[in-house]
Amino acid sequence: MLTTPPSASQTPPMISMREISKSFPGVVANDRIDFDIFRSEIHALLGENGAGKSTLMKILYGFYRADSGRIFLDGKPVSIQSPNDARALQIGMVFQDFTLIPAFSVAENIALFLPDLSTVVNLRDVSRWIEEMSTRYGLRVNPHAMVNELSIGEQQKVEILKLILSDSRLLILDEPTRVLAPHEVDALFEVLYSMRQDGYAIILITHKIKEVLECADRITVLHNGCVAGSLVRSNASEDKLVEMMFGRKLSGLKTGKKVAREETALPILELHDVYTHGEGAETKLEEIDLKVYPGEIVGIAGVSGNGQRELGDVVLGVIKCVKGTKHLFGKDVTNSSIQKLRRSLVSFIPENPLTMAAAPYLTVLENMAVTKTWHYALRGGLAMDWQAIKTDIENTMERLGFSFSLNIPARSLSGGNLQRMIIVRELTHDPRLIIASYLTRGLDVQSTIAARQALIQARDDGAGVLLISEDLEELFLLSDRLIVLYGGRIVGSFKPDETNFYEVGHLMTGSEVQDAANA
Amino acid sequence: MTLLSILGVLSSAIFSGTSLLYTTLGEIIDQRSGIVNLGLEGVMLVSASAGFAVTAISGNPYLGMLVSVIAGGLMNLILGFLVVSRRANQLASGLALMFFGFGLSAWIGRPYVGAKIRGLPRLPLPGLSNLPVLYSSLFKFDLLIYLVIPVAILVWWLLFRTRWGLGLRAVGENADTAFASGRNPLLIRYQALFAGGLLAGLGAAHLSIAYTMNWTEYMTAGRGFIAVALVIFSKWNPIRAIVGALLFSGAVAFQLLLQSSGIQISPFLLDTIPYILTILVLIIWGGTRKHAAPASLGRVYQGTE
Amino acid sequence: MLPMRDAIKRSGFVRQKTINAVVRYAFMIVLAFLLFGIILWISGKDPIQSYKDIFSSTLGSAYGFSEVIVTMTPLLLTALGVAIPSRIILINVGVEGQLYMGACLATWGALTFGDLPAWILLPLMMLLGMIGGSLWAFVPGYLRATGIVNETITTLLLNSVAPMIVSFFIFGFWHSPMDTNKTPNFSTSARLPTLFNTRIDLSLVLALVLLTVFWFVMKYTRWGLEMKAIGGNPQAARRNGIPVKIYLISVMCIGGAISGLAGMAQVSGFYGVLLANFSRGIGFMGFLISWLAGGSPLGILLTSFVISIIISGGNLLQLTRDLPYAVINVLLAFTLFVVLARPNFLIQRKDA
Repeated sequence: MLTTPPSASQTPPMISMREISKSFPGVVANDRIDFDIFRSEIHALLGENGAGKSTLMKILYGFYRADSGRIFLDGKPVSIQSPNDARALQIGMVFQDFTLIPAFSVAENIALFLPDLSTVVNLRDVSRWIEEMSTRYGLRVNPHAMVNELSIGEQQKVEILKLILSDSRLLILDEPTRVLAPHEVDALFEVLYSMRQDGYAIILITHKIKEVLECADRITVLHNGCVAGSLVRSNASEDKLVEMMFGRKLSGLKTGKKVAREETALPILELHDVYTHGEGAETKLEEIDLKVYPGEIVGIAGVSGNGQRELGDVVLGVIKCVKGTKHLFGKDVTNSSIQKLRRSLVSFIPENPLTMAAAPYLTVLENMAVTKTWHYALRGGLAMDWQAIKTDIENTMERLGFSFSLNIPARSLSGGNLQRMIIVRELTHDPRLIIASYLTRGLDVQSTIAARQALIQARDDGAGVLLISEDLEELFLLSDRLIVLYGGRIVGSFKPDETNFYEVGHLMTGSEVQDAANA
Repeated sequence: MTLLSILGVLSSAIFSGTSLLYTTLGEIIDQRSGIVNLGLEGVMLVSASAGFAVTAISGNPYLGMLVSVIAGGLMNLILGFLVVSRRANQLASGLALMFFGFGLSAWIGRPYVGAKIRGLPRLPLPGLSNLPVLYSSLFKFDLLIYLVIPVAILVWWLLFRTRWGLGLRAVGENADTAFASGRNPLLIRYQALFAGGLLAGLGAAHLSIAYTMNWTEYMTAGRGFIAVALVIFSKWNPIRAIVGALLFSGAVAFQLLLQSSGIQISPFLLDTIPYILTILVLIIWGGTRKHAAPASLGRVYQGTE
Repeated sequence: MLPMRDAIKRSGFVRQKTINAVVRYAFMIVLAFLLFGIILWISGKDPIQSYKDIFSSTLGSAYGFSEVIVTMTPLLLTALGVAIPSRIILINVGVEGQLYMGACLATWGALTFGDLPAWILLPLMMLLGMIGGSLWAFVPGYLRATGIVNETITTLLLNSVAPMIVSFFIFGFWHSPMDTNKTPNFSTSARLPTLFNTRIDLSLVLALVLLTVFWFVMKYTRWGLEMKAIGGNPQAARRNGIPVKIYLISVMCIGGAISGLAGMAQVSGFYGVLLANFSRGIGFMGFLISWLAGGSPLGILLTSFVISIIISGGNLLQLTRDLPYAVINVLLAFTLFVVLARPNFLIQRKDA
């Protein structure tokens, strides 16, 4: 299935990046990076979040300009000042957040990027070219469809078609598998293989070691803005790559003793036969039955877009149930406001603290107060008891072993500290139910461990936890019970030791379960 | 109510609707590139006064029209400098431009208050010359009226069928994507504003040189804001704008019709109809799905590091 | 010890920043005057003499100064009507309309209950004015809170409707026997009392009190904190349990109410009669002032003051320099342009 990778020593590289450095205010994203890419090669750029992969590639694509360093094309120095320059050199990039215009049709989106588009646009020609190319590489899309009607997987096909049709010979794909279901990932790799056959060079930015070992010819690992190493696949192993990525072995996490829960206890949260509308991009939840008992972590597994986010939002009351009931400590809260649920000691740690939990220009202390304004109000609201807020927060920080400044704007906190801030806030006041969504997304190793530890501590103190994640490792590590969501429905419920990655992984993708049933 | 009076009303609706449609088309181009121009009122006033002044001096309405058009383009470039180059807030900049227009047009037009000009000549429609004079005189229109629908179609064609229009709409939807496709969003927004200004200038020229044929301060009387409403009403589509402008000026015509037939309805209440209609339309769209406003309308394009 | 020193350093920093800001704005205004001066000079007027006129007529005499304050008062209110909603990222371009509706309802009160004594009638008119303004703001606020239509568009559209409704009532029902475009003069009990024997009226006190209350609420209270949280990140505020929808509607209505109060003050204080199209852009000017001042109460006060000097100076240019009154809008616009364009050499470098 794989062709032999070209020998790096014989042919000269298509692109060489030398000594590339780039700083943003407060952070060195790239520090004197060397990077080569050859024709007919799939080159994986591996690293943790924040290792500098995207920055390096955005420099190659001209989206950022490097502070220093040089780029060579076929040995000749080139200057890439804008995406325009990059495109002229046949370099194309698919961003993590797609740059497709939702209000445009597929054909219009692709026409926008055609280098020799005529002054008067003939969309019929464009559509024909799209159809030709999409048959050739198995990227079937309808050229006349509006992009906002396409699924994420289809949108990615459009992005790749766009690059092929715009004459790119080097394709940079930024975390292309992040949003894809496993069978879609396989299909994507098939496309990449056949493109490699046709001489395309492909750079795959990712942090998934398995995928790298599956499809890349060569692997370059970035760590903290520097190159940690570059090797051909035959020399790579999972352990080796992990070590290069993280700089050292992952330290273990104490999950603590799982408290045997009393089956007769009153569940903290009970969802019964819940349905939601699924407006806009939301996934429609159907027939959700779910109980969370005190002192347990319930893990929710599922590929993004299968209803996990919506499940968290339903519990918090952001999304309304159209059918079914929601009980908290046995009380019906189906139609209660978010504020009321919060007052009943429900906490919410969202997947993205900066956009979903914090106000960046308020101070950390003010951010700490906003979920409990009623609690700290003095004289009917004419003043706030800042001293009490400070005391409460500092107690929690001490308990969790976190420390960060309270009087600076939240936006000046690092990503990890921001997540810590939200964790501290949500774990103050002894919450009884914690909804934690993608708890460790975007966190470095240290913060990941700290965040997980905090959650376990809360569970051991008797709280119920709903842990929503795509990261199976995390779910198996932390959960006392595991529930799998697919297409907005619960398709499986396990104790972690009764199942395995394989089974859960298949349930998450849906399709293979049916295959198994047919077989 | 005679046929003549109905036709008369129709004819005056066409006259008052023409300047509105040109201006709306201009604002559609602005907004399709992502810029709300709230200063239209000011732009129109400056264009109208400049065009009128030049017509009065030179006696040539076509020269006046040309000056009017250029003045509109230049006024919009001021907005462009503020919101594109200096990244200023679009609404505030637009309002500042409006006040500028109030002042500058009063200054330009001051010596010409009450001046008599020879307006744009009216050209008879070919087939109508054998009608009674009373009728055919109602349908002798000027050049700008004959051109307005072709221009609307041209604007549609430019926006939806050319490379330039594709890039312009892309900037209005997502300037980063347009940049990634190798376009210069700043330049495109300047171009859009200039083109939009030219059209607003045509609208103003028709108002002062062809329709009213005089100059008074604040003579646009809210047309700039009606145009903004019309843009929304027509879903940022030049072809729909034709229908919208007809409906809007039809409301005026209807009002004249009612008056001539002796029915007492306050003209002020009738004047509110277009706005209320637009709000209702917005509510109906809002209830069903997102309406088709360009996605980055009103946003400042920050560029990249 | 340490935090203490920190605090002192910070306050010093803040003061330095304020001074810098004032100096920057002063420079910008000078620049605008230079530009306008050039235009005056080109059109054959003596710019220096004109500026002398402007300043001596406004700041040079007690009367002139009082006229500046008279001009400033409604601007303070309309700017506040924009600034308060702006704190929760509501863009209220509709002050102009809210002002008209406030004036309209207040006038109804004045004409219907003109016989009541002032101590009942005036509060009643204020209440009516605020109701009128907030009704006009409620519609956009409600449509925004329910996610149906963006408030910018609706407030803008409603702006154009309000003056027509006022005209409808004036021309249709309320006009005085002599003039069709205005109501009869209000009875004395429907007039806001004036202060210091000038045309300054009680609404100045109202405006200053409201500015102070606004400052206090934002700085110290629970509601200020919640508004700041919404303004800082509406999505997060909602998930943090702040009733965002209720805030969107009620804060919009408060903004409308204050704009309506401005309308009431115009008819009851300044004019003493309701004229068709009386505003001539006070509401839009309020939007600009609030925007230039970044929604801060002190900034609103200073910006309104400067703008009012320019506006009332314009009266004089018209008399002495034979220029149309509207020309003062050019100077005003230059000032706005310069501030909006933030010329490079006058901006502080952004902190890293």
